Amino acid sequence: MLKTICKRLGLLVLTLLLVTALAFFAFSIIPGDPTDTILGLEATEQQVAALRAELGLDLPLPVRYFRWLGDFLRGDLGVSYNFDIPVTDLLAGRIAPTFTLTLMAAVLIVLFSIPLGLLAARYEGGWIDRILTVINQIAMSVPNFVMGISLVFLFGLVLHWFQPGGYVSPESGLGSYLWFMLFPSLAVALPKSAMTIKMLRGSVLTELTADYIRTAYSKGNSRASALWRHVLRNAMIPVVTFLATTIAELVAGSIVVEQVFAIPGLGQMLISSISNRDYPVVQAIIVLVAFVVVLCNFLADALYRVMDPRLKGR
Amino acid sequence: MLLDIQNLSVVFHDQDAPFSAVKDVSLQVDKGEIVGIVGESGSGKSMIAHTIMGLIQRSACKISGKVLFDGTDLLTMDRETLRTYQGDELSIVFQEPMTSLNPTMKIGKQVEESLRIHTDLSREARRARALEAMELAELDDPASLYDKYPHELSGGMRQRVMIASALVQRPQLLIADEPTTALDVTIQAEILKTLKEINRKEGTAILFISHDLGVVRHLCQRVVVMQKGQIVEQGPADQVFFDPREDYTKRLIAARPTRRKLKGSVPHV
Repeated sequence: MLKTICKRLGLLVLTLLLVTALAFFAFSIIPGDPTDTILGLEATEQQVAALRAELGLDLPLPVRYFRWLGDFLRGDLGVSYNFDIPVTDLLAGRIAPTFTLTLMAAVLIVLFSIPLGLLAARYEGGWIDRILTVINQIAMSVPNFVMGISLVFLFGLVLHWFQPGGYVSPESGLGSYLWFMLFPSLAVALPKSAMTIKMLRGSVLTELTADYIRTAYSKGNSRASALWRHVLRNAMIPVVTFLATTIAELVAGSIVVEQVFAIPGLGQMLISSISNRDYPVVQAIIVLVAFVVVLCNFLADALYRVMDPRLKGR
Repeated sequence: MLLDIQNLSVVFHDQDAPFSAVKDVSLQVDKGEIVGIVGESGSGKSMIAHTIMGLIQRSACKISGKVLFDGTDLLTMDRETLRTYQGDELSIVFQEPMTSLNPTMKIGKQVEESLRIHTDLSREARRARALEAMELAELDDPASLYDKYPHELSGGMRQRVMIASALVQRPQLLIADEPTTALDVTIQAEILKTLKEINRKEGTAILFISHDLGVVRHLCQRVVVMQKGQIVEQGPADQVFFDPREDYTKRLIAARPTRRKLKGSVPHV
């Protein structure tokens, strides 16, 4: 187990190094320069050169990368070019909405998909199963920003359950904050839930044909107890892995949905920083997202080992 | 009479033409008796086992005749009543020891499952009975096996676990559906010995299904020979083995590997 953890940690470090290096490289080849947005297009060449030297942009790419890495390891994320305040302070206020959005979406996915997936498998071919299949197919094929816009239209403009674009910060009441966040979370969670339901249903149906289920019936188990006591744990093994990678993807999904619901989260910050070439901010967000993704995969792996006794000690 | 099967037929309608897996089969098992069913694969012997156990989807086929267990017809029962027999009075050991156990459930929990379903015994009492059944199935060190998972056991041990879980509620009839086919020969002999011991000690009637007439002869008092879903011959084991009346039975006996020495020498390695 210790060996596995060490291996995972090594992989985490390697992934972060690679991702940040790639981000640095990508920015060096796309057109545009932070000095354009800071000084404007009217700036003289001397002004630009002076600013580039001040920001360290005149140095070769590898030097800049390792300099950034050195600062990062000391806990210094740098100062935003645009806002002229430390990146840590800038991001601190932005993490909460994105974190809430991701967490709520993850909870919603689990709440929707596990009971519904089991229900669809239990009544395979029945009306519940057929209705779910149709809804799933629709939910899966709609991109999350379209889902977001539809939810804004339905719940915001038609039903007036929330104020479209009227972001409610946590300071103005936790209840109303969570109520507002429910809708973007739904937009992120619905397509992913559809996939999870489909997957769990398939997994349960496969397990139901296994020999050990025949054994369970031969001992006098009812269909329900065969499902709960025997199938569920076995069927959940692949689904848990899928869920963990899904939650990692949620962070990416949230970035788009934040735009639709005008939530001042990391997603908005990332998009504006990229267009302003605000390198320190972009790098910090990339590290954060990569960290979450690797962490989710690590958790999936750990959970997988807990659920499947055949993997213990490997 | 413990088990009395009368004119049992099982017809499947899956394909365009109906397929008779079992045709007009009548056979009996007395209390404490060991009866063998022999036949090649596809002869319908496992189908009979699954029909008795109620493991066949009734919607997929048409079953006619009677399966009387202690005088009650298992075929006309509703699912809920049938469940009170499954794993209680009737139990089964399957052919596939590697896949018949739940891979994510501890051995002990699987052995004592019939007790959980059919009795109100406490956890401790169930555990004690499970260990007893594992002892009866001649598993070494049941207490340490109790908390293991199936993948930690060999095929032979897993089949003994299946036998223990089939016996834990002291059934009147144990159906053994080719329990040794997937195991190698030495283990096969040991398991057959165990089954015979169980029959002697507990008085459990056994319906033993096999394709090997030789195995059946040593274990069973009576033998039923089946071909293409029908009974071709039945009688006392020795009589069927030494004085077969039907060609099919003769061919089954002739098809057995014998202990005749092979010609040639074993190459040195």
